[in-house]
This record gives sequence, C-alpha cells and structure tokens, in this order.
Amino acid sequence: MITQHFPALIVVLPLMVSFIVFVVGIFRVRWCLPLVLTTLGLCVYFSVDMLYRVITEGSPIHYRLGGWEPPWGIEYVVDYLNGFVLVGISVISFFAGMYLKESIRDEALKSKMPQFYTLFLLQVTGLLGITVTGDVFNLYVLLEIASFSAYAIIAMGSRGADFAAFRYMIFGTMGACAYLLGVGYLYIATGSLNMGDLSMLLPKLYSSKTIIVGFVFLLSGIGIKMGMFPVHTWLPDSYSLAPPGVSVLLAPLFTKVGAYVLIRVMFTIFHPSFSTDIYPVTDTLSFIASIGVLFASVLALAQRDVRRMLCYLIVAEMGYIVFGVASANHYGLIGAIFHIVNDMFMMASLFIVAGVVFNETGTSDMDGFKGLHRKMPVTSFVLLIGAFSIVGVPPTCGFFSKWYLVLGMIEAGRYFSLTVLLISSLINAVLFFRLIEITYFEVKEEGAYKIGEKNTPFSFDNLSLYSLIPMVFYASMVILLGILSGTIVEHIIIYALPQAFKG
Amino acid sequence: METESPFLPVLTLIIPSFVSLLILFTGKRRPNLREFWTLAGSFAMFFSVWSMLDSVLKGRSLEYHLAFIYPDLSFSLKVDVFGMIFALLSSFLWMVVSVYSIGYMRGLNEQNQTRFFFCFAIAILGAAGVALSGNLITLYMFYEILTLSTYPLVSHKENREAIKAGRKYLVYLIGSSVFILLAMGITYHLAGTLDFVPGGLFDRGDNNGVLRFLFLLFVIGFGVKAGIMPIHEWLPSAMVAPTPVSALLHAVAVVKAGVFCVLRVILYVFGPEMVVNLGIWFFFAFFVSLTVIFANIIAINQDNLKRRLAFSTINNLAIIILGATLLTPDAMKGAYLHMFFHGFMKITLFMCAGAIYVKTHKELISEMEGIGRQMPITMAAFTVGALGLFGIPPVCGFISKWYLCMGAAKTEGIIFLLVFLLSALLDGVYFIPIIYSAFFKEVKGGRSIKGEADLSIVIPIVTTGVFSLLLTFFPDFFFRVYTLSDMAVKIVRGG
Amino acid sequence: MMMDFILAKFNYWVYVVLIMIGFYGMMTKKNLMKKLIGMNIFQWSIILFYISIGSKKNATLPIIMDIHSHAPSAADYINPLPHVLMLTAIVVGVATTGIALTLLVLIYKRYGTIEEDEVIEALKK
Repeated sequence: MITQHFPALIVVLPLMVSFIVFVVGIFRVRWCLPLVLTTLGLCVYFSVDMLYRVITEGSPIHYRLGGWEPPWGIEYVVDYLNGFVLVGISVISFFAGMYLKESIRDEALKSKMPQFYTLFLLQVTGLLGITVTGDVFNLYVLLEIASFSAYAIIAMGSRGADFAAFRYMIFGTMGACAYLLGVGYLYIATGSLNMGDLSMLLPKLYSSKTIIVGFVFLLSGIGIKMGMFPVHTWLPDSYSLAPPGVSVLLAPLFTKVGAYVLIRVMFTIFHPSFSTDIYPVTDTLSFIASIGVLFASVLALAQRDVRRMLCYLIVAEMGYIVFGVASANHYGLIGAIFHIVNDMFMMASLFIVAGVVFNETGTSDMDGFKGLHRKMPVTSFVLLIGAFSIVGVPPTCGFFSKWYLVLGMIEAGRYFSLTVLLISSLINAVLFFRLIEITYFEVKEEGAYKIGEKNTPFSFDNLSLYSLIPMVFYASMVILLGILSGTIVEHIIIYALPQAFKG
Repeated sequence: METESPFLPVLTLIIPSFVSLLILFTGKRRPNLREFWTLAGSFAMFFSVWSMLDSVLKGRSLEYHLAFIYPDLSFSLKVDVFGMIFALLSSFLWMVVSVYSIGYMRGLNEQNQTRFFFCFAIAILGAAGVALSGNLITLYMFYEILTLSTYPLVSHKENREAIKAGRKYLVYLIGSSVFILLAMGITYHLAGTLDFVPGGLFDRGDNNGVLRFLFLLFVIGFGVKAGIMPIHEWLPSAMVAPTPVSALLHAVAVVKAGVFCVLRVILYVFGPEMVVNLGIWFFFAFFVSLTVIFANIIAINQDNLKRRLAFSTINNLAIIILGATLLTPDAMKGAYLHMFFHGFMKITLFMCAGAIYVKTHKELISEMEGIGRQMPITMAAFTVGALGLFGIPPVCGFISKWYLCMGAAKTEGIIFLLVFLLSALLDGVYFIPIIYSAFFKEVKGGRSIKGEADLSIVIPIVTTGVFSLLLTFFPDFFFRVYTLSDMAVKIVRGG
Repeated sequence: MMMDFILAKFNYWVYVVLIMIGFYGMMTKKNLMKKLIGMNIFQWSIILFYISIGSKKNATLPIIMDIHSHAPSAADYINPLPHVLMLTAIVVGVATTGIALTLLVLIYKRYGTIEEDEVIEALKK
C-alpha cells in the first residue's frame, strides 16, 4: 500500500520535484507551476490523510526509512502534534506556491522562475522534513536544507536583501551548529539519535552535566532558528526584504517550525519534569520571552514599513508561544500548540496582503495603504481579519490561542509575563488600528466632508486569481480555525500534549 | 427553571448579520433596496425578540450552544429575564432609529452610507449578542464586535476631529477589553466556569483579596463602556458622530451594553451576597455616586447640545449602576426599569438634537433660542424626554426614579438617596433653560425657518416620545418590562 | 593535576579553542570574508568534535575482514556512526560555504566592497 509510505513521500516528493522542475523549466517554463502545485497539493493530501489516520487509529504512525530498525535507522513519526503542524505547513505552502508567480514582478527575476520554484520546493522539503522526522540528526540536515534555500531565495529580494541574507546565514549557521553540538552531547551520553529512544534513555542520566550542556545547546540553537529574542536580529531584515511571495512562505512557517522543535525537545525528547523541576529553564525562558515581546512590540510600533512591522510582530508572536511552552501546564501548552498553527495563518494572510500592496504600489510603507479600501476591497478586508486575529478579537483564531495562553499563565502564576502579553496585545491593537485607519479613512479637511457617495464600481482588486485565492483562503482559515477551535482542541491538541499535561 | 434549546435566539442574531451582508452587497447602486434591508431587518429582529418574551415570562430560559471552545466551555446563548430587558430595548430602538437614520443620512447627503448602515447592523448584532449571551466569553465576543463596529461610525465624518475621536474611542475600549480578558481568565481559573449564575459563581472560600482585585478588573473593563468617571472621556468626544449613531449607540446600545455588563458582573458573576461580603459595595457605590454628581455638574457648562446630552447620559448610566449596587429589591427594580426607560427618553432627546441639526445646522444651545416656535413637535418631544430625565410624573422616568429612591431609603447608606435627589435637581438645572429659551425667547436674527424636519425624522421622535408617556401609566404594557424587572430581582435575590 | 585534566580530554579542548576562534571571527570581524572564515572554523571544529568522540584507544577501522576466526568485539573498532554523520555535516558545510561565497560575490558586485560598515553605508543611500 502506498499510504504507508506517506511519511517519507511528503519529504521525498517535493525534494525530487525540486530538481525535476528545474530541468522542466529549461524546456517549458509554463509547465513549472502546474508541476509545483500538483506536488504541493499531494503534500497537502498526504498530511491530511496522515492526520486523519492518526486521529482515527489513535496511535502515531511510525515509518522506518529504508526498513532499518530504529535506533539505527532513521525513523519518521507522525503523531497528533506534528500531524497537526504538518497540515498547517503543507496548506500554507500550497497557497504560497500559488502566489509565488504573481509576486515576482521584476523582469530579470521572471526569467528565473524555475530556479525560484526549485528553491521554494527545497524550502518546503526542509520544513516538512523537520516536522516529520523522528531523528535528531536528520532534523539537523533538514533544518539546514530549509535554511540554505532560505538564504538563497531571500537574496533575490529587494535592495539590501543579499546583505540581509548573508547576515541571516551567519546567525543561522551558528544556530544550526549549536543544535548540532547539543545533539553531539546527547549522543555521547546515550549513543542514540532517535527521539523516541532518547526519551527512554535520558531520564536515567538527568543528573549528568553532559546532558544539561547538550540541552542548553539544543535550546540556544533552536532559539536562534526560531528568531527568539535576543538572537532575532537577523529576522526583520531578511524577511522584510525577501521577495513578497517568499516571505509569505518563510515568515509564517520557518519560525513556527522552530517553535515546534522547541516543544519536541523540551517535552518529547526530555521529560517535561526535566525543564520544570530538575533543571528549571522555564522561568528563564519565560523571562527572556517577556523582555523579547516587549522589545519587539515597541520596535514594531516604531516601523513605518509594514513588512518590517510584521517581522517584529513575528518576534513577539514567537514570544507568545514561548510563554505557553514555559507555562508548562495543560492550558499553556494547548495555547502554544494552537498558536503555532494559528499564527501561521494569521501571518500568512498579513504577509500576503503586504506583498500584494507592495506589488501594486511599489512600496511597503504605510502610506501605500492610503485609501486602499476603494481600490482593493478584498485585500483590505483580509487585512482587517488578519489584524483582528493578531489583536485577539473573537471569533478569529488569534483570540482562542491567546485565551489558552492567558489561562496557562494564570495557572503557572507567571504574572509578569501575563502583564507583558496583555500590554503587547494593546500595542498590537495600536499598530493595526493605525494601519486600518489609513486603509479605510480618508482624512479630509474641516468642513469638506459632505461629498455624497463616490461611485467606484466594485472589482476584485484587479488581481489575478493566483493572488486572490490564497489571500481569501488564508483569511477564511483564520476565521475557520477560530470557529472550529473547540473541535480542534478536543480532538487533536489534547492528544498532542505530553502525558504529564493531559487531564 | 426549565430550559429549552430552540432556534429563536440564534435567529435573532442571524437576522442582523444577514442584513449586514445584504446591505454590503446591495451597496450604493440601489440605495432604496439597501434601506429596505435595514428596515426589514430591524422589524424582523424586533419581532424575533418579542416572540421570545412569552417563554421568558413563563420562567423558561432558552439556551443554545453556538460552538465549543473547550469541552466544558462554549459560546452559548441564553435568554434570561435580565437579558430580555436589554434585548427588547435595543431591538425596538433599532427599529425606530432605522427610520430616523435613513431620513437623517439622506437629509444631510452623508458620505459612505453603505458602510454606515453595514456597521450599524453589525453594532446591533453586537448589542443583541451582549443581551443574549449565556456566559462571559460569549459576552466578551459580542462586546468586542460592538466596539469594533461602532468605531467606523464614530469616525464617520472622516475629518480630523472625527478620526481623533475614533482613536480615543478605540484606545479606551480596546484598552479596557484587555482587563476583561484577564478578569475572565482569573474567573475561569477560580470558578472553573464562565456561565452566568444568578447569585454568583464563586465560593465563599475563595481568596477575598483576589476577588476584590477581580472586581476591580471587571469594573475597569466594562466600566469604560458604561462611562464611569474618570474613564468616561471617550463618550463626549464620540459625539462628533452622526446623530443617529449618538442616539442609538451612545445613548442606548453601546453605553447600555456597558451598564448591562457591569450589572451582569455584579449580580450574576459575583452575586449580591459576595459583593456585600467582600465589603466593596459601599466603596463602589460611593465612587459611582461621584460620577452621578460630577457628570451633571459638567453638563451644566456644555453649550453643545449633544455634549450636554452625553454628560447627562453618563449621569444616568451611573444612576443605573448605583441602583443595582445598592442591592435592595426596590433599588434593583428601579435600576432595571431605568435602564429601559432611560433608553426611550434619551433617544428622544438625541433625535431631537439631530432633527434640529438637519433642519437648521445648529448644534449649540445658545443658538437655539426660539427653536420651539419653529419646530414645535420636535421640541415638545424634547420636553417630554427632558422632564422624564429629572423625574417629573407624567413621564416614565418618574417611576424608575421613584423605585430608586425607595430602594436607597432602605439601605444603611441613606446618603445615596441624597445623591439621587441632587442629581434630579441638577438635571432640572440644565434642561429647563433649554426648554425655556426654546419656547419663550425670540428667535435671534429674526430669520426663522418654519416647519419640522422630514417626516421620517419626526415620526420616530414622536413614537419614542409617546412611548415615554405611555410607559408611565402602563409600565407593563407591550414590553412587559415591569414584570420582567420584578422577576429579575427575584431571581437574583434567590426568592 | 590541571595538566592531566586538560590532556586527558585534549580533543575537547582543541574543539573548544577552535570554536572560540571561529566565534570571535564571526562576531568581531568587519570584513565579510573574514566572518565567513570564522564561520567555517566554527563549523569544522564541531565536525572534529564529532569525529573525536567516535575514536577509541587501540581500535581500528570498523571494517571486519575475517569473520570466521572470532566474533567481532565492539571494543576493537571505532564507532563509525559519528563519522557517517559528519560526512553529511561536511556536505552541509560545503553547501553553506558555497552559498556564502555566492552572496559575497553578489554583494561585492553591487556595492563594490565586502566591508560590513561600508555595505551598510552604501545601503543607507
């Protein structure tokens, strides 16, 4: 049966096609997009099917690459946690792939579409692989695959993107190396690289210094990759200067995958009690994240450039996820896991709006949004939904994850972080209502307001379907995830929690 | 108490949301059809609310779960007696204001009318949702919807002043919602539920300090909307909005939603007993009394009619909250009644202000000398509303104030009786000069435009004016609001 | 005593010293090429660390020539797994370096310099 190979196929297929698409592009550029979309569509199918199987069978799917038994061979595991994240990643990347072609306006770059698609698929390969793998070293390799393609594809962006990509690379490599070192320490102590195996072997060794050093290295490596304060400095430059279509993929996904790995390391590879009791890093994490959230929110407030503002928001949102993880209790972790997927869709919808406006007006400055609601009603509406979700207005999904995070933090007694979270959501409100005000209201001088109604015929923003469909889809997902939040939490996320946090 | 799970509460909410979509898609190409949707929607909604009245009076409560959030938490609607009072008020007045706003907006040839009517319908959805929600989290959702949908209405004129007012409005209301979110979290953590229970959710064993803090959070959160001083600043500024907005939203839906939420929290989350136990009621009542008095003193100095009315609103909202905080059956009944009656009286006043503005473009009271001779019907209705607000017998305000005073007389804090009386006196101080100069002074400049505003403006004014009178003699007529208040008091006091 | 401690684990000390040199280069050098070299030292030191943890005293390559004479004992052979892992890591490292050099060429072409502050200066214009 082919279905049992889905865990491998979801990584192998985009990897293969990424090279095929390059070759196809030499002969027929027109065929590239259908090919890419078919591949990504299949990935969506694989991930949905796997999640469905996990839910119906109630047990994780184990797949042994090449038939080798773990812990010697590489094992791919799909359980509730990464099954859920996989669906998010594959769906986002499918629609980002659709938008990619539209987003490239530069003639010189247009002739390089096949290369774009190659890098894009490699990126997706890496992200899906990181999520699906059950092997810590394999994770490193896939992390680097995702990172390379990110460096290369970011460098194709607007002026200064090359330098931003270089800086990103310095930080990214440092993060990857730290992660690799951490893996090395765990390997010295246990002789195993399989996550499941490690989680069995490690508890006996928790007092060992090697393990603690390894743990710290792992965390700092992941921290850099997920753009955690204070090692987030690479993030705003590289994501805001990347080609718009690319930041729709990169910005929502890369950091969230990092957050997923953080949860995996802290609560699957290590027993939750390690990071709460034996070596209490959660307090430190929560504190660092609080400072980071404050810092990022204030910096976001200072930006005039919308895409840069969104980038700082990502840093803040990562802080939210860390809040949830560091609460280390039932509600907090539900919030963190839910926020990973919610934030993917929120950020995707906002970045695609920023991208569309950037392409239409040639600037991502806030002034580009002036009077947008007349020219582009759909885009402005998507902006509205995304903004509401970030601010946390029910029934958009952002509210629900925030609600769980608040509950988790109250339960964990982290009042400082809680205050920071609330302040930051206020700052988000200021940010977005400033933008909404620019988008929807046209300030007029005193007394000149009675102009009757302007008759602008309604059009779908003069955009092609390739940008409209993803935009509308992301926005509707933001609402859908909110409305279905109860079902998702009840049937997926609760089971994705580590044993210690259930109930 | 029996519970049913029918479709009516949901229908009540579906109507405005559906209407808002119809308005949006009909758009400015066919304004008549668009206005028809508004009218049809408002009538349908009132009918839907009114048809729930019967089962509520029979002591049944209608419950409906919209969506689950967490196995033991869901978005749910629950129609109870208290919610019914507010739902009746807002849906009935939507009907009246719909007619009025069509006349007003067309009379002034305002811009962006589609957006205006769209947001208006959404705002009503929010207000009705607040009335019908069965737990705090649903309440919060609709409360936010209400806030966000009224923001474009406040900034409707899109000049600098309007945008500034809109900003101020958002800063206050979004800021306060953060407090509510936190308070909800703590409530859920302590009580394990967010459902409204008459008499309160908390055990006596819970930490008093935390509960006091929680009460403070709730009061800050919802009190902003209810215009409790010193966090009332947004309300007078928001008066730059078109008059129908001020009328419905800043005299009825938005601020009343704030009051409604504060009362919900006091009576259904904490419960009267707990409020007394915590020893906060006296401080809170005292604090609110300050608002009662100061709002009226400030109102005296306002020359802009709408601003004066805004401060009078702040005063009346505080009176309602004060009544409920006194916790005696009579005071509570008075508060419920006043919530309902004040809606009718204040909306009459606002609509009159709007009618004057449409006809003569006058906003300042000092310019309105002799206006009563030009627009006798409008000013007659204005007089009815104003008399009602300071509690003169033939108008319904008398009844509610009577109960409030009776209630206040029965508490240890006899001082609150004085507060009520003083506030009524001050009401007289700033309303009587308007009426006097309108009817008995000569028109300045000699140029007088005879005649009333458009019929679609006059009819709503007359309707609410007549209702204000009728409710005095038959407080139980049509809306059964007297019975409802009676039942609500009994339920909360567990009798 | 101290010396013994250092000598006994000399492979770790080598890697620590190398990684610090690399880190220093990455963080402090203004020249992007030097940064890149620092990064490479950083990466290779980790690879050395991995390779050294696979080795054992008096052990040989894990190629079993004569399986009939006696059962192979793990103690006689060095651990091959870290080496295999490092093959992958080396490929990763080479790829990173490749992309980095491409970026540097690009930066040099566009801004005419690979000094960090000069590039930032050029970008501000």
